Amino acid sequence: MGRITLDKVQKKFRDVEVIPPLDLTVEDGEFVVFVGPSGCGKSTLLRLIAGLEDVSGGEIRIDGKPATDLPPAKRGLAMVFQSYALYPHMSVRKNIAFPMKMAGMDQAEQDRRIAKAAEALNLTDYLDRRPGQLSGGQRQRVAIGRAIVREPAAFLFDEPLSNLDAALRVGMRMEISELHSTLKTTMIYVTHDQVEAMTMADKIVVLRAGNIEQVGSPLELYRAPRNTFVAGFIGSPKMNLMHGAAAARHDATTIGIRPEHLDVVETGGTFTCKVGVSEHLGSDTFFHVHIPEMDEPMTVRAGGEVGLRHGDTIHLEPQADKIHRFDARGLRIA
Amino acid sequence: MATEHSRSSARIMIAPAVFVLLVWMLVPLCMTLYFSFADYRPMRATFDAWIGFDNYVSFLTSSSFLSSLGTTLLMVGGILIITITGGIGLALLLDQPMFGQGIVRILVIAPFFVMPTVSALVWKNMFFNVDNGLFSYLFKFFGAQPYDFLSQSPLLSIVVIVAWQWLPFATLILLTAVQSLSSEQLEAAEMDGAPPIARFWYMILPHLSRAITVVILIQTIFLLSIFAEIFVTTNGAFGTRTLTYLVYQRVLESQNIGLGSAGGIVAVILANIVAIFLMRIVGKNLDN
Ligand SMILES: Nc1ncnc2c1ncn2[C@@H]1O[C@H](COP(=O)(O)OP(=O)(O)O)[C@@H](O)[C@H]1O
Ligand SMILES: [Mg+2]
Repeated sequence: MGRITLDKVQKKFRDVEVIPPLDLTVEDGEFVVFVGPSGCGKSTLLRLIAGLEDVSGGEIRIDGKPATDLPPAKRGLAMVFQSYALYPHMSVRKNIAFPMKMAGMDQAEQDRRIAKAAEALNLTDYLDRRPGQLSGGQRQRVAIGRAIVREPAAFLFDEPLSNLDAALRVGMRMEISELHSTLKTTMIYVTHDQVEAMTMADKIVVLRAGNIEQVGSPLELYRAPRNTFVAGFIGSPKMNLMHGAAAARHDATTIGIRPEHLDVVETGGTFTCKVGVSEHLGSDTFFHVHIPEMDEPMTVRAGGEVGLRHGDTIHLEPQADKIHRFDARGLRIA
Repeated sequence: MATEHSRSSARIMIAPAVFVLLVWMLVPLCMTLYFSFADYRPMRATFDAWIGFDNYVSFLTSSSFLSSLGTTLLMVGGILIITITGGIGLALLLDQPMFGQGIVRILVIAPFFVMPTVSALVWKNMFFNVDNGLFSYLFKFFGAQPYDFLSQSPLLSIVVIVAWQWLPFATLILLTAVQSLSSEQLEAAEMDGAPPIARFWYMILPHLSRAITVVILIQTIFLLSIFAEIFVTTNGAFGTRTLTYLVYQRVLESQNIGLGSAGGIVAVILANIVAIFLMRIVGKNLDN
């Protein structure tokens, strides 16, 4: 079981309020991702849940029981740190065994769980090595192994993939997702990378300056961002946000159109412009065009084999039902 | 220093320093070696340039040699134990965030800047003195009989004095080591259910092992030659005669330069054995 409830949880460092009072419920077995730009308080929020920081106000409940004043070890949560935080002078086996040893578990049970975790994480051949003799991805797996042998109520991950190279990151992303589907344990995962959030989460919590901007499934956030911040943050490449006459035509202060919802048409079209820089990815081509309604270049997605060159004039038409409208405060107009 | 070129230029660069150091050390060493095979007693105007190993035989077979060796070991060992345990404790304490951290750290380092003779005299007269020492007042305040430290437990007294001087050094080195331990590691251990004592035992102590061996190595080399503290307190009496002090007594008090030199060479050889032994341990510790 691992249902975590935050009730008006607040955190101040001296006088600086990093997390304003905030309510959130993480259901048992859910994979929740906290996503937001760097410095928005994701790690702080996770550390509050872990018990590594004291709350300045509010209450944390785990499975309905108050946990606000419990020390980290008593909360039954396991954490995987960004730097892995392995114990460098212990072998992989001892690293994984450490939490069980601290819990005073009997040796046979320890060995059984280590073998099981090593098997699941492909670490069987490395059990007698030191962390310093492992690659980044293997260290990551040891950190996860150390977390799973405790059979915690929930896993907490703090940007666990940010020290890995791009190819490994994709692999580990899938491994963690798979781990979640086998264990079915609650996981809270912190990242600044919205791709990780979109690909892994059951539920995404978008944070900005400690405030929850929106909570929802990846597709809910993609289809109906609640405000311009979420609209610009979720989706890759970013949504094009424009003001002025283009927005006024739709009775809004700001409108947003995703690059994949702009069609290249033969004639007419809402926007007529010249092609700027293009990025050819093979499957897709992203090209950037300048329009007066936007300060930054507008991004457009086209097919991989589209024959557009720098300087060509094109006509663009947004798909009518995919235009997001926002009012003067940046909130979505239904 | 990876290429052949950079290696050879590095050698040329350090050559002057090596040369000066060699001359500085070799000249006295050669003279001592020369005297150690001579019967040289200036007060009696004897000088016999070659008497073979007689000086060595009489130095090594005298009962004072073995007892001085034991005293040296006890003294160095005692000081090491106090400075290492005290240093770890102080380093952990100083690592805690507190008010006036900077000033407290400077105060802790202060004893290191006091000259050995001065600190020994201060301890002797201000703390250990039976009639006017602060410890005597303290004993009297609690209604106890004043204790004459320097004559009742002279070895312990000297150990305390020298440990007081070297504690800052150990503290400083260990503090930098404590500070280099990643806080995430300690937090991970905390989440893994390790209480403070387990965190100290399984995380902090292994992390400090390298620094501890360095402190032991450096201190041992310096402590083998303690002199001023013995000279101004007990003058080598009451079982505080270390090897270094024995050599001094042979040369200056007995005016037997030949015998003293032989003792000096024996001390150099023993110190080198200890140094090589310690270097190996440190080297092994620094490798992984
Ligand atoms: N121990 C601390 N003392 C003071 N300010 C802190 C402390 N830890 C974090 N902060 C501040 O809190 C804010 C959020 O930090 P953090 O939670 O680490 O952000 P994120 O993980 O989202 O990048 C930052 O502005 C940071 O400067
Ligand atoms: Mg962070």
